[in-house]
Amino acid sequence: MKKTLEEIKSSSLSAIEKAADLGALEALRVAYLGKKGSLTSVLKQMGSLSAEERPIIGQLANQVRAAIEEAIAAKTAELSEKLLEQKLKNEKLDVTIPGKPIKIGRRHPMSVILDEVVDIFTGMGFSVAEGPEVELSEYNFTKLNHSADHPAREWQDTFYFTEDSSVLLRTQTSPVQIHVMEIQKPPIRVISPGRVYRKDEVDATHSPMFHQVEGLVVDKGITMGDLKGTLNTLVKRLYGPEARTRFRPHHFPFTEPSCEVDVQCFECRGAGCRVCKGEGWIEILGAGMVHPKVLEGCGIDTSVYSGFAFGVGLERLTMRRFNISDMRLLFENDMRFLSQF
Amino acid sequence: MKLSRKWLSDFTDIKASNKEYSDAMTLSGSKVESIEVLGAEISNVVVGKVLTIERHPDSDHLWICSVDVGEEAPIQIVTGAQNVKVGDLVPVALHGSTLPGGVKIKKGNLRGVKSEGMLCSLKELDLDKNDFPYAEEDGIFILQEDCKPGDDIKSVIGFDDTVFEFEITNNRPDCFSIIGLARESAVTFGTELKLKTPKVKGSGGNILDYIDVEIEDSFLCPRYTARVVKNIKIEPSPKWMRQRLRACGVRPINNIVDITNYVMLEYGQPMHAFDYSCIEGNRIIVRTARVGETLETLDGNLRKLTTDMLMIADEYRPIGIAGVMGGANSEITDKTTTVVFESANFNGVSIRRTATALGMRTDASSRFEKGLDPLMTLPAVERACELVEMLGAGEVVDGVVDVIAADIKTVTLPLEKGKINALLGTDIPEEFMVKVLTDLGFTVKNGIIAVPSWRSDIEHYSDIAEEIARFYGYNVIEPTVFKGAAVEGGLTARQAAERSLGELCRGIGFTEILTYSFIGDSDYDKLRIPKDSSLRRSLKILNPLGDDTSLMRTTGLPSMLEVLGRNSSYRNREVRLYELAKVYNPVDGAILPDERTKLVLGAYGESEDFFTLKGCVEAILKSQRITEPEFAAVSDNPSFHPGRCAEISFGGRVLGIMGQIHPKVQDNYGIDMPVYVAELDLETIFESKGPEPSYRPLPRYPSVYRDLAIVCDSDTPVAVISKVIKEAGGKLLKEVRLFDIYTGSPIPEGKKSAAFSLEFRSDEQNLTDAEVNPPIDKILKQLNEELGAQIR
Repeated sequence: MKKTLEEIKSSSLSAIEKAADLGALEALRVAYLGKKGSLTSVLKQMGSLSAEERPIIGQLANQVRAAIEEAIAAKTAELSEKLLEQKLKNEKLDVTIPGKPIKIGRRHPMSVILDEVVDIFTGMGFSVAEGPEVELSEYNFTKLNHSADHPAREWQDTFYFTEDSSVLLRTQTSPVQIHVMEIQKPPIRVISPGRVYRKDEVDATHSPMFHQVEGLVVDKGITMGDLKGTLNTLVKRLYGPEARTRFRPHHFPFTEPSCEVDVQCFECRGAGCRVCKGEGWIEILGAGMVHPKVLEGCGIDTSVYSGFAFGVGLERLTMRRFNISDMRLLFENDMRFLSQF
Repeated sequence: MKLSRKWLSDFTDIKASNKEYSDAMTLSGSKVESIEVLGAEISNVVVGKVLTIERHPDSDHLWICSVDVGEEAPIQIVTGAQNVKVGDLVPVALHGSTLPGGVKIKKGNLRGVKSEGMLCSLKELDLDKNDFPYAEEDGIFILQEDCKPGDDIKSVIGFDDTVFEFEITNNRPDCFSIIGLARESAVTFGTELKLKTPKVKGSGGNILDYIDVEIEDSFLCPRYTARVVKNIKIEPSPKWMRQRLRACGVRPINNIVDITNYVMLEYGQPMHAFDYSCIEGNRIIVRTARVGETLETLDGNLRKLTTDMLMIADEYRPIGIAGVMGGANSEITDKTTTVVFESANFNGVSIRRTATALGMRTDASSRFEKGLDPLMTLPAVERACELVEMLGAGEVVDGVVDVIAADIKTVTLPLEKGKINALLGTDIPEEFMVKVLTDLGFTVKNGIIAVPSWRSDIEHYSDIAEEIARFYGYNVIEPTVFKGAAVEGGLTARQAAERSLGELCRGIGFTEILTYSFIGDSDYDKLRIPKDSSLRRSLKILNPLGDDTSLMRTTGLPSMLEVLGRNSSYRNREVRLYELAKVYNPVDGAILPDERTKLVLGAYGESEDFFTLKGCVEAILKSQRITEPEFAAVSDNPSFHPGRCAEISFGGRVLGIMGQIHPKVQDNYGIDMPVYVAELDLETIFESKGPEPSYRPLPRYPSVYRDLAIVCDSDTPVAVISKVIKEAGGKLLKEVRLFDIYTGSPIPEGKKSAAFSLEFRSDEQNLTDAEVNPPIDKILKQLNEELGAQIR
């Protein structure tokens, strides 16, 4: 009987080792350990053994059963592992197949830049003021120190709604300055982005409607140095810490002194190239100290307060930033263009 | 304004290189737009002397010349020109030379004969007969200049100058002159400004025997100064004058015309020369045009004049349009023997309006329109007469007619050092301020500044601050961070909401567009809006660029449809767009319109339909906590599909409209597939925004779901069915969701099947059939009673 048990042990262990799949393994378990299994039938004969032999054989039989169970468990684990491996292998995907498309819309490039400019200034404590686009000539010109016969008032340059030239499409965002100063006491820090209109035919660099961002600061002791500091910050935030500016005298009716601000050409670093038309500098905005007449016209005491104002063309900033060569692209809204931003 | 560097050197001595000069002038306020080195394209072209000429052995029109070009041995050149003689001085383009237009000259063979260069014509040097009237138009340029073989041709023909083109701002008409720019240059570089008073010898006689001047309108003509020159010899002006004129962009014509142009460029004072013999009655009258008057101007056009235009007239008729252009009836010709030089001051606005009305902006009018120095008329006419004598062009009659019709005042203001420094953020000493002002021609005495007559732009201490700052250096002023009271900035809630709404639109697949605010009447036609509809009431631009941009839009739909149409024509297949579009609604009794922002959505493509867009609209409204807005069918909006259009409202307020565009409108915009649009009023949406959420405890018991399919009349709106279900469902019914609509067999004709998922939940217990069945029964009963619906 001892011999039989040892035979069962060796034959079962080798059969288990050779089992090809979980089914075969289960069949082996039944064949050896099942109710009619070979080990079970051996144990059934235990009664015929002597009292001395019984514990010895019994112990041996338990050892054989334990060995078989252990082998089956090990083989089961091994085969399961293989099975999972195979399954995962079969589930392999071509990960280069494109994802299921989720449509995401794009921001218009002008909005990209506008949001940046707004964020830069709100970060400096500015608020955003809005004003009407259909405006009174009084606000667009007169209160901005344009003489009654200023050329910009001509019908060939400005769109009008009334024969007496009193209602027009604003030609600049500057009238918002006046609205703000009329209702708000200093300190004032506002920017006002918006649409403006001039009677220009559409071409690569002109449009009868375009966008400006106006800025205004009025407080005690505001100087031209403050104007420079603020605009330097704007330029460095827009074009990076390396960006260099230069301030040139210029003329605007509602600021004095007035200036234009150039940024050193990014392409040639000031040496002069095709991008900057050989100048080394690119004009990006106009600015100046608010003309005391304008402040006084809004009831602000110029012996206490002074201010600076600036205006920047959003189209120009946008075209410069994204290397867009033709302004018409901005208003055509071709998806092939818009989807690039 | 173009400035010849040579001409500048008459007035001040600048040593800087062209680039240094340009940079410094730009930074002191005279912006240089471009620098043109004359003859930059010409190199290695010299004066040659023709020593011998022989016929080419194999050609009947070519000549072989031996030319002395200043080297040891003469060179041999083959030419096809027929006007060259032995002894002539000619321009020779040597081997390796370059000519205007990128032409390169190399030695070669012409029909077997060696040619070591090329003889040049006027045209090949970018010249014409106005520059050298003695030269032949066709043929080699035979030089009559003082030069010798080997000389660089550029200095011989005056191409040894540099021309700077300045951008002159409107406030500085004085810089539209060589002297004005010389003054700026001298102050910029700290050099001396050398101005000379013109000296006229005169030749006797008395101008009063020749001419009388009367100003009828002193507002339009504050001053008129004239001199007379007799025994005129009309001929070309000398080379130096022609070259300077040409460098500054003015075509030389003859000595008298050239003198007037020369003075205009040098002093900034436009001048005119009349043929004295054509001035009838020996009188010049400065007056406005009479009704119906016309004048043929020097350019040969007959001009119809209006009574607001200022004329220079004689006793009977206009002989020139003041400040714009002279008349053909008094033009200088070869036969002219006596001329009247006019040097006058006119009202700038009047000149601008006349020039604009006649469509003839001239060099003269563009100067006058900015307002000129009334004290300049006399020195300018004196300078012209000095040049006449210098050129030997005629004899100047003694005396000047100088009618000063309006007072000329000197502006004075105090020098306020403290205010200036406070404005600039600087600490500039008074001595520096006084020096800059004095150099610019101001006088400063006892703290009072007298403004020179040519600086009408200066009237306030801030103007003085700019003058000081320009020469102190804008870039020297220290950038600072402004101090002052703390201010709370940032976006308003409304501005932030608009921004986040844009983000949501992009998140659900819509791309932002920006379109013009103006549209045309034809856009309303394209939208099929009836001619008499109030929807057409829009603000009208009286002077639009064109009819298609003459109205301020009252809706964002035309712009959206136009952009969709354009994209469709570009074959962009799936397009979803949004615009935050300003509209301008006229308001009765108000001067200005109500400007509102519309959120316009537009889409076409395979995956678009009514309910896709409706889902987007609902998502947008949900983001504003507007839940369960009403969508009411609209069948009479001419722009929309009569069966696929809904008005969106909430709490009794209309939020907007959405739907499929009417096929005819779609056709009008050239789109070949259905188009879906929505237009929402942003202000109303923000005003309808739901309250801030307040936390409700999460459900403690699970929900029970029941599906319910019913059959009802096919035109019963789902919203009505849902409403019946909700009302009958009691408080355990938490949500009703439509998940299927079906028509067709086996559902009878005229009927539809609608399937809903109902969610029941209690806050007190787990629900069983016992609790859920009674409300279901009630729902079915109500559906049957109210809508005749059956369970399917």
